[in-house]
Amino acid sequence: MVERKEQNMKNIISLHTPLTLHTIENLKCGDFVEITGTIYTARDAAHKAMVDLIRQDLPIPFDLKGQVIYYAGPCPAKPGQIIGSIGPTTSGRMDAYAPFLIERGLSGMIGKGSRNQHVVDAMVKHKCVYFGATGGAGALLAQCVKSAEVIAFEDLGTEAVRKLYVERFPILVVIDSRGNSMYK
Amino acid sequence: MRVIKDETVISAVEEMCIEANYNLCTDVKEAIEEGLETETSQTGRYVLAQIIQNAEIAARCKTPICQDTGMAVFFVEVGNQVLVEGLNLTEAINEGVRRGYKTGYLRKSIVEDPFFRNNTKDNTPAVIHYEFVYGDRIKMIFAPKGFGSENMSRLKMLKPSDGIEGMKDFVIETVAAAGPNPCPPVVVGVGVGGTMEKAALLAKKALTRPLTQKNPIEYLDRLEAELLRKINETGIGPGGLGGKTTALSVHINVYPTHIAGLPVAVNMNCHATRHAEVIL
Repeated sequence: MVERKEQNMKNIISLHTPLTLHTIENLKCGDFVEITGTIYTARDAAHKAMVDLIRQDLPIPFDLKGQVIYYAGPCPAKPGQIIGSIGPTTSGRMDAYAPFLIERGLSGMIGKGSRNQHVVDAMVKHKCVYFGATGGAGALLAQCVKSAEVIAFEDLGTEAVRKLYVERFPILVVIDSRGNSMYK
Repeated sequence: MRVIKDETVISAVEEMCIEANYNLCTDVKEAIEEGLETETSQTGRYVLAQIIQNAEIAARCKTPICQDTGMAVFFVEVGNQVLVEGLNLTEAINEGVRRGYKTGYLRKSIVEDPFFRNNTKDNTPAVIHYEFVYGDRIKMIFAPKGFGSENMSRLKMLKPSDGIEGMKDFVIETVAAAGPNPCPPVVVGVGVGGTMEKAALLAKKALTRPLTQKNPIEYLDRLEAELLRKINETGIGPGGLGGKTTALSVHINVYPTHIAGLPVAVNMNCHATRHAEVIL
């Protein structure tokens, strides 16, 4: 559900995953959001691996329906830490793969930087939102991660797919499901 | 001849790797705080406030500022009256990187072959640039380089007739084309002259100059101020989400070049412009 509240002079929307179609359609580019729930990390190598599986009609590590992928590769956790620093990586490198995942139900992506038109077209057609997290704020964002578990491609190290539980993870709607973008 | 044990180099490098990645340099932090004071865009202020808060958390929790702890780049000045005993200097630096990225819980981001991309799992090899100087000391500057910004860097062989205006256009074009990708507010390193690779090296080295230090060459100092103003007029802003804090600083290095050429390299750096320095 989309719930708007006033905080520090700006509206912050609280979101919970998985995202519903209603939630996705209500988000507008420029909205400040705090997301709570399960999200999955995947970056270059994991995207390549997942799309290879899809092309061979094999199952991928998690059901994409309503889910959010975070483009990130964390630092290793120190003893006692849940996860090391984990800020967003540049999303554009995942543009070649993102439409495959959006077509199969992916509802949200968190990263930084521009997306190409193929990604935006897929987002509009299949209803998906692109969120931006602050690049280089990895220590701050790690504090919102309450649990982390590698669920696939462990051999990829930092590039493995991780299932994270995040609380009030701060992001912005950069491109909404109508294709409106903050970068235009 | 002064002799330094390889272990001295290794442990100094290990410490620098950790220090540079955990603690945002004061000059950069102050520039970001100044940006927050003058920034009028709401999203711009949101991003800058997060960056400042992030640096405070990283320092307090002894954790990396950014998960991209970079490719390990070193600028090393070696005196003519000093030698390293045991491992050679390159091997000692790499061993220090290996240790620092392990004991500091830093991310290992280096792949062995650029096409086959197997992670080396210890963040080696480093990229090391040597300069030979007089004296019996070794000075090392460590500048871990993240690739969000490195990927947005460019080089162009301009014609001599393109001159200063051509250089300015190329720098602004590069920053504009990079948009949100290099994690603005950025620091822009510009290298002009030499050969193709020398220009790139000058641009990289320019990024290690403290933000508080003026360019000693007067006309370059004026050009840096002009470029900074023009870059901040592009409206890219913090995080690329709009605002006037697009760059924190522009640094230009020049070097003699060929009668036929005007190489210009622009090396982009994110707001996590990290460096550490040691003299052994």
